Amino acid sequence: MSDEVAVRAEGVSKVFGSPGNELRALDDVTVDIRRNEFFTLLGPSGCGKTTLLRLIAGFETPSAGAIMLDGKDITVDPPFKRPINTVFQSYALFPHLTVGQNVGFGLEMMGRSNSEIDDTVEKMLALVQMEAMRNRLPTQLSGGQQQRVALARALAPQPSVLLLDEPLSALDLKLRKQMQIELKRMQMETGITFIFVTHDQEEALTMSDRIGVMSAGNILQIGSPREIYNSPQNRFVASFIGESNFLEGTASGTGAKRRVALADGHSFEALVADESVSDGKVTVAVRPEFVQVVAADTADALPATVTNIVYFGTDMHCYMSLNSGTEVVARVSADADRGGALETGAKVGITFAPDGPRIVGD
Amino acid sequence: MTDTSTTNARQLSDLEVRAEKERVKRNWLLSMPAMILLLLGASGPLLIVLVYSFMTPGDYSGVIWTPTVKAWFQIFFTVDIFDDTVRLADAHLTIFGRSLRLSLLTTLLTLIFGLPTAYFIATRPGRQRTLWLFLITIPFWTNLLIRTFAILEVIRNEGLINNFLRWLGVIDEPIQILYTDTAVLIGMAYVYLPLMVLPLYAAIDRFDFRLVEAGYDLYANRWQVLRRVILPIVKPGIIAGSILVFVPSLGAYVTPRVLGGGKNMMIGNFIELQFGQGRNWPLGSSLSILLLLVVAVALLFYVRAANRGGSDE
Ligand SMILES: Nc1ncnc2c1ncn2[C@@H]1O[C@H](COP(=O)(O)OP(=O)(O)OP(=O)(O)O)[C@@H](O)[C@H]1O
Ligand SMILES: [Mg+2]
Repeated sequence: MSDEVAVRAEGVSKVFGSPGNELRALDDVTVDIRRNEFFTLLGPSGCGKTTLLRLIAGFETPSAGAIMLDGKDITVDPPFKRPINTVFQSYALFPHLTVGQNVGFGLEMMGRSNSEIDDTVEKMLALVQMEAMRNRLPTQLSGGQQQRVALARALAPQPSVLLLDEPLSALDLKLRKQMQIELKRMQMETGITFIFVTHDQEEALTMSDRIGVMSAGNILQIGSPREIYNSPQNRFVASFIGESNFLEGTASGTGAKRRVALADGHSFEALVADESVSDGKVTVAVRPEFVQVVAADTADALPATVTNIVYFGTDMHCYMSLNSGTEVVARVSADADRGGALETGAKVGITFAPDGPRIVGD
Repeated sequence: MTDTSTTNARQLSDLEVRAEKERVKRNWLLSMPAMILLLLGASGPLLIVLVYSFMTPGDYSGVIWTPTVKAWFQIFFTVDIFDDTVRLADAHLTIFGRSLRLSLLTTLLTLIFGLPTAYFIATRPGRQRTLWLFLITIPFWTNLLIRTFAILEVIRNEGLINNFLRWLGVIDEPIQILYTDTAVLIGMAYVYLPLMVLPLYAAIDRFDFRLVEAGYDLYANRWQVLRRVILPIVKPGIIAGSILVFVPSLGAYVTPRVLGGGKNMMIGNFIELQFGQGRNWPLGSSLSILLLLVVAVALLFYVRAANRGGSDE
């Protein structure tokens, strides 16, 4: 991965529908995608992921803004003039062509010689381990095999950017895991910039160099999986990726750490991502694994009552309610429950791991 | 295909053989009514026509039961009344030629107009689509004769087109369209257009338009996408529509009769002539059988092309 920008969306908006009945699928989105990186667009259904991908591929024209590739404005170029290929969610393999002809299609349209096409097809099919299926028709393949052919077909013309729209969503869990690893391997082997769309947060976290979290036509946060998970900048990101507890309080102090006081007077320390944030009413997000359940009389602990306990083998989730009624979930290891001391109705205390609580925007 | 169809043939057990026999018997019984209808309704009359084609024409009509192949000979050759020399029957060949040419042209014309029409309908949103399909089928509800006379009204010398052109001052004398091959062609194309549009629509409607985007994505321009992606996939619809138009065009009777006048005959009119004024039933019969054979060959071609489209490559 380098720091050079491969694809840049600059203030891109896309409005669908007729005037008076408009739908703003993308709202002033700006994002830089670096060369050779595995960039993932993550967000709930209908947030505009596919729309952004289609703008980059050239199937749609933005209502405002520009799309740049390697510093060149390609906003109005037709898709067949862009060195960008797509792996479609539906695969969209040509049903009348064999696997080999499908993979060679792009090169053929580019006017490459037969021998070159032949060699490349061979190489691509080897890359996706489908050499044996070269003469089959797409209908004679399983879903996972079709998916690999779609991948080989998109890779064969050696695009500078590959777009993948939820390519794994049709696969069963086992195949999905296997394809995740293969995709990552192919991205590293070919050195092509991958822009990957998913609404599966685990998939995004395990595969990506960087993630752009989207909601309702906006990109809310861009960062590495670690940054996104550990320091979500707003409530949406914190709740969409992993689980989070949210506490409302009043912040005071300056710098990266603030004191947050709950309505009942108890307080704790929380990190703030944006130090310019002014004090006052804030929302604090804490991951369940950063919540510690301690004895009720521990100093500085927030008093709470256990409302439910759910075992997950090695882990257990301890649901508690604070004095204010706010629900807090803690993930604790099963042997932390020293001989059944944790039970529904028990009075306990809550403390947070250092750097666990984070003040997030709304 | 080869690696999946491993041979798992084995000896059938007695029980299975008996069950199979039972099944075959039952199927025969069930298809009996249809069989009888087909035999009496279709094959029977056809057989009579076939037999008649090998008989001698009666003096006023009907046949005399003397077997001969003269009728078949007459289709292609004529014997000079003075010196008994055998020559090709030019008049007949002209009619065959015209029939074939007009039918092919009709097919081509309906294809040229039908393809964009079907594409247009198939790409409309749901409700509009039903409306357009409905409009396309309306002519089917009207008697063929009436539709043909409607066309006549449009193209005759004092008809819509000529009057309009004269009013514009483009022409002084009316253009003679009626009673030409062109008139027959216009009429047939109009009459058979729905038969082309419907199968084309069905094929285009099934077509997955995401494949077009896949084509563009893989550096195919608009023309290449049409030729390499869309046409091969909708080909079965094109073949079906062409057969549906070509077959009835070849046997067309009303349209060439009304719009072609007496002289621009097609096979259908020529056959009718043999059973009427011509008083040559055997010749009419042999011509009918010949027409049937040509159509059968066309259908055979269709079946082969359709099978090829589905399985190989
Ligand atoms: N061609 C279109 N016409 C009208 N509205 C559209 C069109 N394409 C997308 N939209 C709307 O734009 C919004 C964003 O759609 P988009 O397909 O980008 O969502 P997505 O993030 O890909 O969702 P999913 O995860 O379900 O695929 C949706 O509300 C959708 O209904
Ligand atoms: Mg989508």
